[in-house]
Amino acid sequence: MSHHIVEAADVYFAYPDGTKALNGISLRVTHGESVAVVGANGAGKSTLLLHLNGYYAPQQGQVIIGDYPIAKDNLDTVRKTVGMLFQDPDDQLFMPTVFDDVGFGPLNLGLPPDQVEKRVSAALERVGAAHLGDRPPHRLSGGEKRAVAIASVLSMSPDILVMDEPSSNLDPKSRRLLIELLRTFKHSKIIATHDLDLVVDLCERTIVLKDGKVAADGQTAVIMNDSALLESCGLEKPLRLQSCPVCGSQEAQGGDGT
Amino acid sequence: MARSEAGVFDLGYLDRLSRQDTFVHRLDPRAKLITTLVFLVTVVSMHKYELSALTPFFLYPVFLAAAGNVPIRYLARKIALVSPFAITLGLFNPFLDTGPLVQVAGITVSGGWVSFTSILVRFVLTVGAALILVAITGFTSVCAALGRLGVPRVFVVQLMFLYRYLFVLTDETVRLLRARSLRSFGGKGKGLATFGPLAGRLLLRTLDRAQRIHLAMCARGFDGQVRLSRPLQFRLPDVVFLLTWTLLLLGMRLFNPAAATGRVISELLP
Repeated sequence: MSHHIVEAADVYFAYPDGTKALNGISLRVTHGESVAVVGANGAGKSTLLLHLNGYYAPQQGQVIIGDYPIAKDNLDTVRKTVGMLFQDPDDQLFMPTVFDDVGFGPLNLGLPPDQVEKRVSAALERVGAAHLGDRPPHRLSGGEKRAVAIASVLSMSPDILVMDEPSSNLDPKSRRLLIELLRTFKHSKIIATHDLDLVVDLCERTIVLKDGKVAADGQTAVIMNDSALLESCGLEKPLRLQSCPVCGSQEAQGGDGT
Repeated sequence: MARSEAGVFDLGYLDRLSRQDTFVHRLDPRAKLITTLVFLVTVVSMHKYELSALTPFFLYPVFLAAAGNVPIRYLARKIALVSPFAITLGLFNPFLDTGPLVQVAGITVSGGWVSFTSILVRFVLTVGAALILVAITGFTSVCAALGRLGVPRVFVVQLMFLYRYLFVLTDETVRLLRARSLRSFGGKGKGLATFGPLAGRLLLRTLDRAQRIHLAMCARGFDGQVRLSRPLQFRLPDVVFLLTWTLLLLGMRLFNPAAATGRVISELLP
């Protein structure tokens, strides 16, 4: 297998209405890394993610997946390599049944039906949703929808997982299950989120965005303890790293404080 | 806004009905679809003053509803809900067509009233049959059958998406209406003036969502074709079902069994 490298080199992007979303972003994520992209609302997180699978093309600079820059003629390969989990599962689960939805990608890849079936079962099994196959997506709970959305990405067997707010709108238990599930994945992961405690759990590296630029890029443990930096970027220390309001003690200092 | 919310749950009920397991549920969706089409055509093609010849056609929906375990009360409620359309359509018949047609127990009934009643009966038959088809087949399977019978992909996919996002859209509408009603006091703020922006808001949201869905489809290799892997198999029971009902319905269309029975009875009686 090739090196699953994701690289953005000096990427600029502005929306048609003139909003400048990305102002020269450069970053490089290597094989097997788990990286968090954090930042205030409107800092450019979602826009950046949409560049990583070639939905948006940079107006300046380039995005490189594996060894090649994204171009029109390799979009298919890029989208097979980079699996994308969207923020709202209702946007992602558009087929009539869970089974159809998880099979949507593999069928588009041109796999034969029996192999599609195998992949779908394996993906559903992986996220603990094997019993949901025949259900229509609109009848699922929030946690189930999220799990199925993840399965629909896994069924294409991507090398790199890009996720937009994977823990949003989940109850604490579903959120915990999601974190445990994501921890077992060996893919390279890029997670955009406001859930900084999830970042502490899952990502060894954090990239902080501010006004479409990289404000900081480094070890999660270091960045999450830099209150001044976090505050200037519209964030605050993960709750777990703040001192306890009741007893005044601090639970954990390290990055992997579990 | 409790009423619109109840409507959403009702839609889910139709969905649940289609997941039962009865003999008619197990039939190939294509067999049921074609039979229903034959039914619709035969019923609609009846002469406008026809009433007695329409009665035998109730056999089909009643049989399916009974065999498919579809509650008649639920059907009746749904049919009543859309009945204003049919009533408006036939409303002027009694005024425009005043020529006397039949005499019942000494009262002369005009052609207009007969055709009006005929329209209502046809309406109940056709809408009922369509509802039952969905209730015993499931909307998705109806779509799959349409696709397999050669209906252009674009239409089938449109229908499928319509059904999938109907739930999301009604949800969104209910939320908007709820937010509005919670901030409207004494009937203020509920008029047409706020309805405009509300509908506009809904349209914008829908457009946004459409774009996000397209994005999600592209991210998974969408190339303009939706592939449904649904093995459909035409087996013996399907053939029997299709042939029996098609022959029966054609028979009802060509000969009037109700009138024939009447003749036989009146001949038997001295």
